[in-house]
Order: sequence, then structure tokens, then C-alpha cells
Amino acid sequence: MKIPITLEVDGEPRELSVDTRTTVLDALRERLGVTSPKKGCDHGQCGACTVLLDGSRVNSCLLLAVAADGCAITTAAGLGAGAALHPMQQAFIEHDGFQCGYCTPGQICSAVGMLAEAAAGHPSHVTASASAFESDGEDGEDGEDGEVLLTDDEIRERMSGNICRCGAYVNIRAAISQAAAHAAGADRSAVPHPHSRPAEEGAS
Amino acid sequence: MNPFDYARATDIDGAVTAVAARPGAAFLAGGTNLVDHLKLGVASPEALIDIRRLPLDEVTELPDGGVRVGATVTNSELAAHPLIRERFPALSQALLSGASGQLRNLATTGGNLLQRTRCVYFQDVTTPCSKREPGSGCSALDGYTRYHAILGASEHCVAVHPSDMAVAMLAYDAVVVTTGRNGERRIPLAEFHRLPGDEPSRDTVLEHGELITAVELPARWSADIGAGQERLRSTYRKVRDRASYAFALVSVAAVVELAAEDSGAADAAPRIADCRIVLGGVAHRPWRAERAEDVLRGAPAAEDAFRRAAEAELAAARPLRDNAFKIPMARSTLVAVLRELTAGPHDQEPAR
Repeated sequence: MKIPITLEVDGEPRELSVDTRTTVLDALRERLGVTSPKKGCDHGQCGACTVLLDGSRVNSCLLLAVAADGCAITTAAGLGAGAALHPMQQAFIEHDGFQCGYCTPGQICSAVGMLAEAAAGHPSHVTASASAFESDGEDGEDGEDGEVLLTDDEIRERMSGNICRCGAYVNIRAAISQAAAHAAGADRSAVPHPHSRPAEEGAS
Repeated sequence: MNPFDYARATDIDGAVTAVAARPGAAFLAGGTNLVDHLKLGVASPEALIDIRRLPLDEVTELPDGGVRVGATVTNSELAAHPLIRERFPALSQALLSGASGQLRNLATTGGNLLQRTRCVYFQDVTTPCSKREPGSGCSALDGYTRYHAILGASEHCVAVHPSDMAVAMLAYDAVVVTTGRNGERRIPLAEFHRLPGDEPSRDTVLEHGELITAVELPARWSADIGAGQERLRSTYRKVRDRASYAFALVSVAAVVELAAEDSGAADAAPRIADCRIVLGGVAHRPWRAERAEDVLRGAPAAEDAFRRAAEAELAAARPLRDNAFKIPMARSTLVAVLRELTAGPHDQEPAR
């Protein structure tokens, strides 16, 4: 069964007709020639295929293209503005955050999505263990309104869905740390805020 | 992967009708488990009805102070939601201890409950598995069983349920709300997942075409409701092979309500008025530890009672070749969780 869909890929609307079995990853790579997201495990375990779906990081290998009809997809190749690199990309270069480079586009997309989640105050497993049952939500560091302080532990935990077979983790972590500091600095507008949904949606 | 039809549902009744009318049809939401199963050949539906964009994506407060979670609320949205973090913190902790950031952004509340076991034999279509192919036998019985069940298993299946979220939800007495051909149904989560028995292919009590629309968390265990809320405490602790992004070997969700203090005995340990204890990673469903709860109810919140509670629950444990370690692991984890939850606000952190 083939179905016509539209995907907005790195800011550009792309129309195509896909077999229902096609994943977003295969549609991008095999049909649209967008080869920045990589196929590693193809089972959602390695993170090499990570893209931003309407601003939120996801594994494109587990997302059917028909289910993403009408959505905006940002790959690592679409993060920068023209020839200018995104601060996260620049940080990976400065810190040598790769060896073979195969996991890198996924790492970078994931890191950009992760910074937006942290900026929206999303907790992580390591944040949660600190707040436990006595959290009053007012201690700034992990309150639902406040940004999360991205310590090394936070970055490691939040990036655990991206595997690097070369083991470049130390430099990846350093690069993300720099980009996080950059994003938290005065020049906040330099980092796009890809999280399209407000963190506190829903009636409450 | 076998070909399949795809349609996007526009309303709940239409989605239910579309799946119920066709034995080979299935619901699709986040797809993080189902799409993987399509690739592996574990699932081969004729048609997928996509319910992802149905308006079931809100977390709302119920009139009595409970919280209703729409079925398509993502795991990451739910974990970060203020109502959950403030009132049901163990649920937020459980969600954050599962999967990866990317997966949590796709995975939904309903889908998390319906995810299937990660038993390697279930996921490998070249091996017999009665859960995947009824009557074909259980390969794990003579196989690698490090990750398998110690409680409630049968000769037909020794798989465990993989969800962290469901373990915490069960500790809060959650109720699953569904819509099926016969209308709406409210199923206590305690009755939602099945033990394998002689029909391991059925994970839940849902009928074909029955759609989860919401999960409700009753006000009873909300940390924000009623007098003496400082006496109501809950947490989730997970033990696994890696520090992140791994399924539980053993996990514990616990809610403890301490009795109001006796003015006479300032030094005595507070008593446990009521509690809910649920174990994850040990059985075919989140395992409500009622024997442990019976020991703890009315008992002083002290080491002796914690140990007796854990022993009482695990007396029925039956280890397989590779997972006997889960028994002392579950015992230690449960004791540690109870110790943490019942420590006074100014108690010294225990050395262990």
C-alpha cells in the first residue's frame, strides 16, 4: 500500500509517495537523498538515526513515514544557518567529539534536542534521584519552572540513547558541555529552541 | 516486513470500529515497540490504525485531586509534568529510568502498558516461543534466563514485563480506562496484565479492538492531598546492568503512609499505617507484593519489619538457572527502599 505524504525536511517541503512499511529514516536516506541521519542498529538502540521531529528528538528508524505525514523533520545537516555551523556542531569540532563520525549527526541532533528539554525544565533520572519524595519543586535547580543545570552526570544520563562505538564519549560530553554553556549564556538566541511544545501543556 | 494497510483515526469510535472489525488490524501510537516488531517479524498486522493524533494527549486534574493521563501523552511529557512530579513522584522517576530520551519522546502512556516482553526468544522468530506462537514451547526454560521471572511464571512462559512506568502506576492503584465495542470500561491496573498460565500469548485482559484512552491515578496516594501529606512518601528504585538505558533486573515502587506520631514515645520508630509495594523485572506482570504489605501494615518502620516483609514476599520465588541472584537483589532493594522512605527528615543517611 502506497500513500502520498509531505515531510518538511530541513525547512523544505518534500512530497513523496511511500510504501506504508517505509520508516522516516529510509524515506530520508533512500528516497530524498538526505543522508545525514545514519542507519546503525535500525532498532532504536543506537541513536545514529536521531532527528528532530517538530523539534523533539526521536529515533527515525522507529517512526513510520506515513505516521509523520505533515511533520517538520530537522536533521544535523539542517541545523546550521546556511554555511554557518550550529554552535553544537562547532563545539563537536573544537572538542574533537568523534572518531569515525558515523554516530555524529545523531549525537548532534540528540544533544540539540536534549538542551531544549533541559531548558524547559525536564528532569532526568539523575535529577529525579536528587529530588526524590521530598522535592518541593522550589529549589531552582530542578524545579519545573527552572532550567536544569547540565552537570557531567546530567549530560551522560540524558545522552545515553546515543552509542559511540569509537568511544569518543569524553569529548562528546565536553562538546555538549560547551554548547550548553553557550546556550545558557547571554547570546541565547544563537541556539534555536526546537522544542515546539510547551513543557507544561494540558490543563492543570 | 509484511505489507499492511495504514489509516489515521479521526475519532475514538472510528478507531475502535476499524480495529475491532478486522482480526488482523492493530492500533499504532508511538510505535517504538510495534515498529520494531514489524521489522523482527514478531508482529505482522494486516492494517495499522494510527491513534497518535487523537485528542488523548492531556494530563488533567480530577475533581477529587487525582490525575487523569491521556493515552497518547508521551513518556517524556508525563515524567516532566508538574502534577506528576508533585503528587506521584515515583511515576516520574520510573518513567525517567526507562528507555532513552529519544524513545521517551515517542513512546506513549497507553503503548508503554502494552509493550511486550524483551525475552530474547520472544524477539527471535527462529526459536520456539509460546507467547509469540501459541503451543510452540518455551525456549527460555532450557536457555539463558538472567533476565527472566522468579515469581508467577508457568511451564509455558518465564518472561517478564519490561515496563518501569506500570510498576509505579500499580503502586498508586492506577485504573486503565478503555473504549471497546461495548463502550467504556475501567480496569484496575492490578487486573490489567495477566500471568502467563497456559495462555502466555495474552499479555493483558484487553479484547481485540479495545483501545486504552486514559490512565487515572486516584487521589488516595497523591502526595498533595489531605492532612499529614508529609507522612505519605513514595519512590521508585531500579537495579540494572548499566547505569542508564537498560531494562530492570529488579525494581521496586513503594508508597508508604506513616501513622501519626505517638506523643508518648518520641524515640520509637513511626508505625506504617498503610503501603503499596510493587516489584518490577521479576514476573510476567508488575508484581504487587501483598504479602510484604501485610507484614508492614501496622508494623514499626524498622529494619526487622522490612526484612520480614521482603522474606515473606520472596518465599514463593522460584529461580531459573541464571537468575537466582534476583532473589537477594529484590530483598535488598526492597529493604533499602523502605529504609529510605521511612527515614525521618533529620535522620542520618544510612551508611549502606
